[in-house]
Amino acid sequence: MAQSPGNTAIANDVVTDLVSDWSAEKEVFKVHWGKAMMWIFLLSDTFIFTSFLTGYMKVRISSTVPWPNASEIFALSFGGEPIPLILIAIMTFVLITSSGTMALAVNYGYRKDRMKTAVLLFITAGFGLMFVGMQAFEWTKLIVDEGVRPWGNPFGAAQFGASFFMITGFHGAHVSGGVAYLTYVAIGVLNGRYEKKGYDIVEIAGLYWHFVDLVWVFIFAFFYLW
Amino acid sequence: MAHVALADKEQELAHPKTWIGMYVWSQDHKIIGIQYIITATAVGVIALILSGLMRLQLGFPGVFDFIQPDEYYQAVTMHGMIMIVFMLTAFFLGGFGNVLVPLMCGARDMAFPYMNMLSYWVYLLSVIVVCASFFVPEGPTGAGWTLYPPQAITEGTPGADWGIICMTVSLGLFVVAFTMGGLNYVTTAFQARTRGMTLMRMPLSVWGIIMATILGLLAFPALLVSVIMMTLDKTLDTSFFMPAISSLGENLSHEGGSPILFQHLFWFFGHPEVYIVALPAFGIVSDLISTHARKNIFGYRMMVWAIVAIGGLSFIVWAHHMYVSGMNPYFGFFFATTTLIIAVPTAIKVYNWVLTLWRGNIHLTVPMLFAIGFIFTFIHGGITGLFLGNVVVDVPLSDTYFVVGHFHMVMGVSPFLVVFGGIYHWFPLLTGRMLNDAMGKIHFWLTFLGTYAIYLPMHYIGILGVPRRYYANGTTEFLPDSVHAANFSITIAALVVAAAQFLFLINIFWSLFKGRKSPRNPWRATTIEWQTPDYPPKHGNWGKELPVVHRWAYSYSVPGAKEDFIPQNEPPSKYTRGEGEV
Repeated sequence: MAQSPGNTAIANDVVTDLVSDWSAEKEVFKVHWGKAMMWIFLLSDTFIFTSFLTGYMKVRISSTVPWPNASEIFALSFGGEPIPLILIAIMTFVLITSSGTMALAVNYGYRKDRMKTAVLLFITAGFGLMFVGMQAFEWTKLIVDEGVRPWGNPFGAAQFGASFFMITGFHGAHVSGGVAYLTYVAIGVLNGRYEKKGYDIVEIAGLYWHFVDLVWVFIFAFFYLW
Repeated sequence: MAHVALADKEQELAHPKTWIGMYVWSQDHKIIGIQYIITATAVGVIALILSGLMRLQLGFPGVFDFIQPDEYYQAVTMHGMIMIVFMLTAFFLGGFGNVLVPLMCGARDMAFPYMNMLSYWVYLLSVIVVCASFFVPEGPTGAGWTLYPPQAITEGTPGADWGIICMTVSLGLFVVAFTMGGLNYVTTAFQARTRGMTLMRMPLSVWGIIMATILGLLAFPALLVSVIMMTLDKTLDTSFFMPAISSLGENLSHEGGSPILFQHLFWFFGHPEVYIVALPAFGIVSDLISTHARKNIFGYRMMVWAIVAIGGLSFIVWAHHMYVSGMNPYFGFFFATTTLIIAVPTAIKVYNWVLTLWRGNIHLTVPMLFAIGFIFTFIHGGITGLFLGNVVVDVPLSDTYFVVGHFHMVMGVSPFLVVFGGIYHWFPLLTGRMLNDAMGKIHFWLTFLGTYAIYLPMHYIGILGVPRRYYANGTTEFLPDSVHAANFSITIAALVVAAAQFLFLINIFWSLFKGRKSPRNPWRATTIEWQTPDYPPKHGNWGKELPVVHRWAYSYSVPGAKEDFIPQNEPPSKYTRGEGEV
């Protein structure tokens, strides 16, 4: 009699699988070593961003001067009417979209459709460039028009500018690095560099890219929405 | 496409033909390990000389004109930071980690050899930057190895302009180098083991090294973030760590920062850092004791879980370094509790080492002497750690020589004894020659007894209240004459111990060229790094076929077996059933 496994049975399977993976010879995770390495790196990178964000929260809480109002500072005016956070909304949308194209690229990579994979990777990198470009615009606006500096600003606590430039700068560097990485992989895909080794590299680059997107969501929440 | 494990496919290794390709820009994990070892030893010697300068001043106050307060503080700072980060961390993980992990797991090389090579070169760059600070205007930073702001970047501290920037930049580079290397050590041990090598058959050396590497990968981020913020505070006048402050009669432009934030970030790195140098030492010493006592390690599984538990706990104890920092006193209760809990897995390890020795067939070889010496110094340093983990005991002892004595015993001397023991043990594997025994024994006894002559009196003068980091005690009323006598005798002992280390270096150089040729597997060890087809192992380690592992790493003195050890890769026979087999 065919029986659908209940929740307990599934949970048992998970535990059994976990135990057998960890007690296996040769390898713990049944994945390409590069993927395991990328996961471990991302865990480490998570701790970097967590430290940055925790440090930011601490200086924000202990600041003796009022914190500037993010929705006013990050507003853009269209036809004289300021729209709060509009630029950040577009940036977030672009970055999330790039995660979608990235996921498609991974799919086509495993199907060995080199052309589509490469094109999707280039599109993803393009979205990344757009994001960095808009960030450059945002920085320019803050520095030139609003007079925000790392050591002070006209709106309130000096730590506002300091943590903003430090954290978004560090994240922007991650995005820029990711654009270079994706471009490198895309060119390799076009040239058939991974025909023999397999297309795990696309997924590995994808892991990094999704991570950078995910981190942005946290920066967005803690910096712009708080 | 089906997934294939690294052990089942031919790993593409770079096989350069030129001398530079083979020995300088090498991707061979053994050569990279040796490069790490040489560089770490070189900076270690610098740090040793700096400690000699400090002791000269403390033992003979005012006699040596060239040691002024500024130089003294710079020596304190650089000695600490170089020894902890650039020497011990690099030596254990970059040195032993590189050499041992692939060999003991049965891999041909690290998972990603190219990045492994980059790791060394970035590490070398960080060493160059930190050494460059000796030559910048006003010299290296004198802020103490903890680099606490505001004083680290405020006028009046030696090296507050250039030295501190060299230090933070070099630490940043070190984190990058460590991450590239560390990802390799962990991934290799997890994903590149040979057939039959399960995690629970790995030698404890590998367990110690990879757990320490995981700690490093999770703890160094906090250091990276804190040095980035500090660099910004210094160069761009931001105020992450700098409160409104007036210095030398002048109000600085900083406002609203939190110096305690730095301490939290720093010690979130700093405490796991203790275990980053201790866990590899635990692992290596377990293997040394088992091999040289010809007896299986007692309680292997518990030893593994103790390493994991210590690693986990080390992340929730950091604020025990901050009892007097002014943080919320309720934190003290939590952190004292977690700190004292660490004593449980640590005690399991110590008892198991002692029980391994019990009724063992103990060979008092030089590596074994160092391993047994480690048990003594580690118990000693560990027990004073229990004193300092308690808030009420720690508060009066904070910033006295008791603390200096404690941490030198537990994370200075103890790991160093294991470094030495490891070198005496594995030197033949890498060079094909044995180190000289007589010189080794002199080195051991001078170092072991000498460290007690140095650090025991420090506990005593610490309880009397002598503060650490003071350039001179002068004629302070409450200090009895015995303090000055103790300082004098500590200095003499320190100079003798320092001289003994040069004997060790002489031994290395002499044995490299004139040492007795080592037979294959000179210690009759079971672990597979000794069972390579070529001895010493060549690039790629295993010739045509990877070894197949049939048992755990501790089959010593198995009843009925032909010899008193059975290598891990020896095929099963009727004597080898059921030892640690999973």
